[in-house]
Amino acid sequence: MTAAAPALTIDQLKDAAKAIRRLIIKITTEAGSGHPSSSLSAVEVVTALYFGGFMRHSKANPRDPKRDRFILSKGHAVPVLYSALCHAGYYTFEEIMTLRKLGSPFEGHPNMKRLDTMEASTGSLGQGLSLGLGQALACRLDGLDAHTYVMMGDGEMGEGQVWEAIAAAAKYKTGNLTAIVDQNGYQQTGSTKTVLDLNAFAPKFEAFGWHTQTINGNSQEEVVAALTAARKVTDRPTAIISQTKKGFGILPVLETTGDLNYHGKPLSKELAEKALALLA
Amino acid sequence: MAGTTPTSNANIGALSGLKLGKATRDAFGTALKDLGAEFPNVVTVDGDVGNSTRTEVFAKAFPERGFNVGIAESNMVGVAGGLAAAGKIPVVSSFAVFLLANAYDQIRMSVAYPGMNVKLVGSHAGISIGEDGASQMAIEDFAVAAALPGMTVICPADANSTKAATRAMIEHNGPVYMRCGRIEVPEIYPADTKFVIGKANQVRDGKDLTIIATGLMVGIAIDAATLLAKDGITARVLDMHTIKPLDEAAIIKAASETGRIVVAEEHLMAGGLGSAVASVVVKNKPVPMEFVNVGDTYAESGDPAGLLQKYGLTAEAVVAAAKKVRSR
Repeated sequence: MTAAAPALTIDQLKDAAKAIRRLIIKITTEAGSGHPSSSLSAVEVVTALYFGGFMRHSKANPRDPKRDRFILSKGHAVPVLYSALCHAGYYTFEEIMTLRKLGSPFEGHPNMKRLDTMEASTGSLGQGLSLGLGQALACRLDGLDAHTYVMMGDGEMGEGQVWEAIAAAAKYKTGNLTAIVDQNGYQQTGSTKTVLDLNAFAPKFEAFGWHTQTINGNSQEEVVAALTAARKVTDRPTAIISQTKKGFGILPVLETTGDLNYHGKPLSKELAEKALALLA
Repeated sequence: MAGTTPTSNANIGALSGLKLGKATRDAFGTALKDLGAEFPNVVTVDGDVGNSTRTEVFAKAFPERGFNVGIAESNMVGVAGGLAAAGKIPVVSSFAVFLLANAYDQIRMSVAYPGMNVKLVGSHAGISIGEDGASQMAIEDFAVAAALPGMTVICPADANSTKAATRAMIEHNGPVYMRCGRIEVPEIYPADTKFVIGKANQVRDGKDLTIIATGLMVGIAIDAATLLAKDGITARVLDMHTIKPLDEAAIIKAASETGRIVVAEEHLMAGGLGSAVASVVVKNKPVPMEFVNVGDTYAESGDPAGLLQKYGLTAEAVVAAAKKVRSR
């Protein structure tokens, strides 16, 4: 039976988010590489999806055709997904502590061939929304009441394929598709404003015909409200511009390093201890 | 131009008494439509050239199963990956060059790497498409498709084998690239022919050398065998319709029994059938080889017969290669 886990209250979701953040820090520091700051910005959305009553998904049958799908198009942030699935009981802490190690299915980017909880193999940016659109179209053809969520990064929106997918999803009026842009303001070499400024996302999605919401994506309340509203839209795809902070939850620690982007590097053991103390 | 199929002005197969048949793209489109009821999970994803690639034949018969995502090949392949992840059998088609060159990263990441059951059909391959010119001509498609782990690469030679190949492709579980051509080609196989992926067909037997050909070049190789016979040389002709996985046994047998091999293909030298056959020959049974292909150049606009002549893809060119390989 694939159903959403009972929805946690906002306070319980906040506790879960904190636990997931702790896991992100622990597994990336253990791995000695990875993208903790890119993972941390996305925690409230992923927590709400898996614990807020949105994702109908079951550990017993992760490939149930009737399941809801979550595609992490910004695949480098996969520690947030491994950590959420661990917190949900899909994997043990010991299992996800093998992140990025030889032989581990918890690879540096999602690999759907090795983990049946991964809905896509991602890591080449820009491809997840097309994959999600394909899933949404297939579910509709099969008459399934299944919803597909795709999370992209704001830097990723520079990929032309994303806009091809946005146009096509509007054409096919996929009301069973929700795109979430984790707008944390940074990409690999700097701020999105300086690297390639795409300006406001919401008017663009709207111009293509999408239902659009812009929220504070690190507010658990706003995330739950936006996902609830998105589920009520059934005649067109929905976008949530989730404005976040990269490294949210441990910003005071990142500030001491002088690098608020902190892209693609794990915390040292010493910084990880400070971060975990903040998240206690 | 999209709705018409030009008659080959190259007279391929005429020397050997072969009758001109349909273009492989036409055979593919009809075959796919005919399989639609039997395989309800088959869907098509097009980049707005379905009337050229002939997937429109399927899409008209099954409108709810035909998706045209516009001129956007990257998204086209990605959508197919998602459809396959949800259990569909998407057939994605475009001009071979736009499919493989424009959407290569998507084919790699959204199809090949996760092993998605997506069928990629590239029409208008080779230089024989004619007047539209080099920008439209896939001459590197075998190389780039076969480079992907897990990808099956096929190139049927005529209409009847394309019909059988379309079924084989749908029945095969895993990613497949099938090359089709634009112009009419001679009939080589009977209507009830079977297509076994990975198993070459011997279409002529001979003992003095083997011509290994694929696609349009199979008819040309048969013509070459006809010409060689006039000089008392008997050539075996293998239709190597599967570029990957290659029929190594047939190649080793040909090397052992005929001692000379010519490989003929409408593709660049680099990474094509010739390279693949050579690696099998070198490892197992080294014999002299010659290659007939497009070489290392782009072609240009022109009529198909003139292009095949200018770029050395003729029965006469295969005969010259055969005589050269026999002199070594």
